[in-house]
Amino acid sequence: MSLNKSTVRAIAFLARLDLSEEAIEPLIEELSAILQWTEKLQSVDTTNVEPMPCINFVQSYWREDAINDGGYAETVLTNAPESAKGFFLVPKVVN
Amino acid sequence: MTALVDLSLADARTGLNRGDFTSVELTEAHLRAIERRRFLNAFITETPEIAIAQAKASDRRRRAGQVGTMEGLPIAIKDIFCTEGLLTTAASHILDGFRPPYEATVSARLRAAGAVTLGKTNMDEFAMGSSNMTSYYGNVLNPWQRHGAPEIKLVPGGSSGGSAAAVAARLCLAAVGTDTGGSIRQPSSFCGIVGLKPTYGRCSRWGLIAFASSLDQAGPMTRTIRDSALMLGAMSGYDSKDSTSAQVPVPDFEGALTGEIHGLKVGVPCEYRPDGLAPEVIALWDKGISWLKAAGAEPMEISLPHTQYALATYYIIAPAEASSNLARYDGVRYGLRKAGNSSLNEMYMQTRAAGFGQEVQRRVLIGTYVLSAGYYDAYYLKAQKVRTLIIRDFQQAFKTVDVILTPTTPTPAFAMGEQMDDPITMYLNDIFTVPISLAGLPGLSVPAGLSPEGLPLGLQIIGRPFEEQTVLKVGGVLETAACFTQRPSLAVAN
Repeated sequence: MSLNKSTVRAIAFLARLDLSEEAIEPLIEELSAILQWTEKLQSVDTTNVEPMPCINFVQSYWREDAINDGGYAETVLTNAPESAKGFFLVPKVVN
Repeated sequence: MTALVDLSLADARTGLNRGDFTSVELTEAHLRAIERRRFLNAFITETPEIAIAQAKASDRRRRAGQVGTMEGLPIAIKDIFCTEGLLTTAASHILDGFRPPYEATVSARLRAAGAVTLGKTNMDEFAMGSSNMTSYYGNVLNPWQRHGAPEIKLVPGGSSGGSAAAVAARLCLAAVGTDTGGSIRQPSSFCGIVGLKPTYGRCSRWGLIAFASSLDQAGPMTRTIRDSALMLGAMSGYDSKDSTSAQVPVPDFEGALTGEIHGLKVGVPCEYRPDGLAPEVIALWDKGISWLKAAGAEPMEISLPHTQYALATYYIIAPAEASSNLARYDGVRYGLRKAGNSSLNEMYMQTRAAGFGQEVQRRVLIGTYVLSAGYYDAYYLKAQKVRTLIIRDFQQAFKTVDVILTPTTPTPAFAMGEQMDDPITMYLNDIFTVPISLAGLPGLSVPAGLSPEGLPLGLQIIGRPFEEQTVLKVGGVLETAACFTQRPSLAVAN
């Protein structure tokens, strides 16, 4: 799979990365090369093979669906670049 | 008497128990070492005041008869673990100033066992790299040097490069690392130390800054096998805060080091001997096989037929998970924020472009692409299916063998600037470690010899899920046979 500039730009937007022209140029080739390199997987026969999303050697367990933690709004906000009145502040979204 | 910084964890424990020295003395010796080897850049944050306070508290506890399994032993923590109130960066600009309001389970357990924290070690940004060259806080220097070429600066490997360099250079008795595709084992091999990636689920991932959640696992980086067993015991155990943490008992890992491997079947996978593999790596591997045979084990050739697909599988799955995990760095809740005056979207985009380094951006983009509509099945789902086949290879092999022996890395440590031409060359460093990560198995790198240019090389022992005891026992036999006692030339002198 070879990517073109507009595809790289579209991916960058999905990933919320503001990339300059100079940053995009080398990425077109690098990302294409990585994707081409992974293409060998297409030759593997995976008919009737289940995908493995995460290894789970032991049975997952159940716990009661109850609140067992929380109530640290102030602590959580201590790392916020901007906060006010118990909330995170972001640039204005609605006029 | 052996210098304090040259002791193993186990010997330092004995010395403390006997009253030969105090934790404060042991800690001060390491703090001096860190100061004298600051040029290695192994630490992002040094915490001498905290260390001394913890050592004093440990000495007090000891006088009161309270002695944990890691009591008074100074160690270092990779800067990917959230440490309460203490700067935690994952070596990324985007986490500028982040002081977690909570402590990771693994570091909390080590502290509860009495360990003293010397500081937070350098690493590749978000653990993405095999050279420690992607750190926002600069490269780490490998304390080993090629014979007759001290001017060539070598990488310590990655991503736990700071931890590996610190342990090898005698700046700490041991360190915690994390391994997603080889990030404990490869730097351990490059720096001539013992590195263990436990079974997925053995150590809690809570408080560990996530890279690829289905692969990430914390583990000990030490100078001896006994130390690895000792520290693993302190780190392990079920944690209700991590849904993938396994409810299995924590065995006596140290007790497993009997040296008795008579009749043990050791698999030697033919696919790990690709054309062009360095002759010194092959020679050391053959030596390892003969050492285990001499100790009574039975080596046998096995096949892991999907090995050749493991790296490509990994470089779809890991970036996919990373792109999702790293979505949380958006300039809102912690760390860096850029362009506060613009729209919300622009703030996100500028923050992330400024905050993530090149390699992280590359992986986020690949991950975003393979998860995007229209490509999900062709890339991500396909990779997850091949992952199943890789796991089956190991399950099949472990029907006939008890452990598998391979080299840890295809080469010894390389120089800064080498292997940097394209990302894929760098990815090949993990060719022997990635399959084990995909299968969630325990893997141990043991320093086993030196290359002709005088650089350490490791051998990797792979075990069945939750059979770290067997892996460590075999590691102990290799350690005894290899008799690897060389120190790196930049280690702190006695």
